[in-house]
Amino acid sequence: MALSETLRKVWRSYYLRRVVKALLTIFVVTTLTFFLIRLMPGNPLDIYISQQLAQGVPLIEAQQMAAALYQIDLDKPLWLQYLDYIWSLLHGDFGMSIVSTRTPVSDLILRFLPWTLFVVSVSLVTSFVLGILLGTVTAYRRNTLLDHVLTSLASIISAVPNYIVGVLIIVYFGVRWKWFDVAAVRGSLSPGVHPEWSWAFLSDALYHAALPIITYVVTTVGNWMLAMRSSTMATLGEDYVMVARARGLSDQRIATAYVGRNAVLPLFTSLAISIGFVVGGSTLIESVFTYQGIGMKLSSALTSRDYPVMQAIFIIICTSVVAANLLADLLYGLLDPRIRIEGR
Amino acid sequence: MALRNLGHGLLQSLRIMARNKVGFAGFLVTLLIVVVAFTAPLFVALDMTANIDQIYQPPSLKHPLGTDYQGRDIFRQILTGGREVIYVAALSAFLVVLISIVLGSLAALMGGWVDSLVNAAAELVLTIPHFPLLLVLAGFVRLNSPAGLAVILALIGWGTLTRTIRAQVLSLKERDYVQAARALGLPTSHLLFREIMPNMMSYLLTQFVLTMTQAIYSQVGLIFLGIIPLATHNWGVMINLAWNQGAIYGSSSVWYLIAPITVIVILQFALISMNRSLEELFNPRLRSGE
Repeated sequence: MALSETLRKVWRSYYLRRVVKALLTIFVVTTLTFFLIRLMPGNPLDIYISQQLAQGVPLIEAQQMAAALYQIDLDKPLWLQYLDYIWSLLHGDFGMSIVSTRTPVSDLILRFLPWTLFVVSVSLVTSFVLGILLGTVTAYRRNTLLDHVLTSLASIISAVPNYIVGVLIIVYFGVRWKWFDVAAVRGSLSPGVHPEWSWAFLSDALYHAALPIITYVVTTVGNWMLAMRSSTMATLGEDYVMVARARGLSDQRIATAYVGRNAVLPLFTSLAISIGFVVGGSTLIESVFTYQGIGMKLSSALTSRDYPVMQAIFIIICTSVVAANLLADLLYGLLDPRIRIEGR
Repeated sequence: MALRNLGHGLLQSLRIMARNKVGFAGFLVTLLIVVVAFTAPLFVALDMTANIDQIYQPPSLKHPLGTDYQGRDIFRQILTGGREVIYVAALSAFLVVLISIVLGSLAALMGGWVDSLVNAAAELVLTIPHFPLLLVLAGFVRLNSPAGLAVILALIGWGTLTRTIRAQVLSLKERDYVQAARALGLPTSHLLFREIMPNMMSYLLTQFVLTMTQAIYSQVGLIFLGIIPLATHNWGVMINLAWNQGAIYGSSSVWYLIAPITVIVILQFALISMNRSLEELFNPRLRSGE
């Protein structure tokens, strides 16, 4: 009785439920990719084996090669193959790349993922902070010229797909007006520069990441601004703001402690969703700027039919999105006490 | 009956929309683009044979938007290249709304395990990043038919709307008039289609338009990356070809890239501005800024 009561209390904990949900999502995604690779009509395993057979490789050898590439032992029953697959994923073993021979997929991920995370996190933080500032300003100055200009600009830009903005930046700022050297900003680092704690490395990394970051910020800041604007205006009408005014608190203090704090709260939920959007959309932006991140690797793996790489990158992208969502939700719980009391 | 309600809802929306200038302009531009995209192929002959002596001509009377890397008229390609893009976007948006109505109202009306299942599935679809999922699916399923592409786009895009429809049905079914109808012993289908759905028509309309803009984003993105076979000729394919043929490096060739980008951006902008004013009209709480 006492035990079940405790268990129920633990299960009711918001944090625990969120963590379990996150783990479950990652589990479903990995399971899904396993069965996609293995059971889809025209599955890449069979295609690979028949290609090897056509080149005169004996069947057993071809099967062994396929098994090494995909971390799947074809002789075992399906459920055992599946367990093996999950087991090797848990050890960080994603199999081998087909195109880059003798390269473990995990090496590729370690090489490309940090760049994407770097660009995505810098962009998200910049555009979130900038959007909140602009949103607060436009809410306080509503119906002024500044407000009209900023809000119409925001809705115009939000209509343009971010990869198109990237293309336009390259065409006009790069090729036409030559504000930067289109060829030199390709890749994530200049040749000869290596990751180390030095100014030369940091500035080169920023130089290469600048255009993707600018593109992300320009295309997302408007939405943050509009969300913060309407949230601030809603908060301004709340009773506690009126009471604060009546108490004669300074405008400065009301704006930060009363309005700002409460207006930002609902935006954190959308922050979680936008993390997924930005990481997920990295393929297009990185391809436009030929930035060597995980998204560009995904699209090149797709064009070269490098299934093990494709599958692993998909799992990694999903995992990082789930982890980021989890983090945002947990932080939200810290920021908003109501969520803890409701236990949801 | 449902159809008559839909027609009524549309008419009413139009009447309200004419009051908002930006929204109405967005509506007119959308209408113009859609009409041109679907009628132009009937009147304009698309000549896709290469003209080597006409490569990358600047705009002229003969070629209002210049010519492409094979000397073909860009203006004609723009006129005829929108049908497929709009068709895919509209079909997938329609499917998203349909799936969401079915799943969302089932979950709300039946409750219990159906509700939990729909919620869990929606949560999953929402968490998995859409674009990579599209890419991976494109690796397995041949996405060469427009209808197939629309179905795939719909299958990964129903999460948000299903959840909001579920929440709305949950709240609407507690209203007095629905409770009264239920007390009269009217069947669930009557409750759903006659009492609940008519109240959601305006909301569904804005969601349809919003989903279309997202479908255009994903669809053109897939074509841009070259993931979808470039068999037919549409705005997305034009962007892909212009980009990969290096059209950005010449002053007369850049028309080939900018023309399809411009129509797509105008279409997206028209859809969004139409939608934003629709939302404001249907949801008075958004109007607090006026």
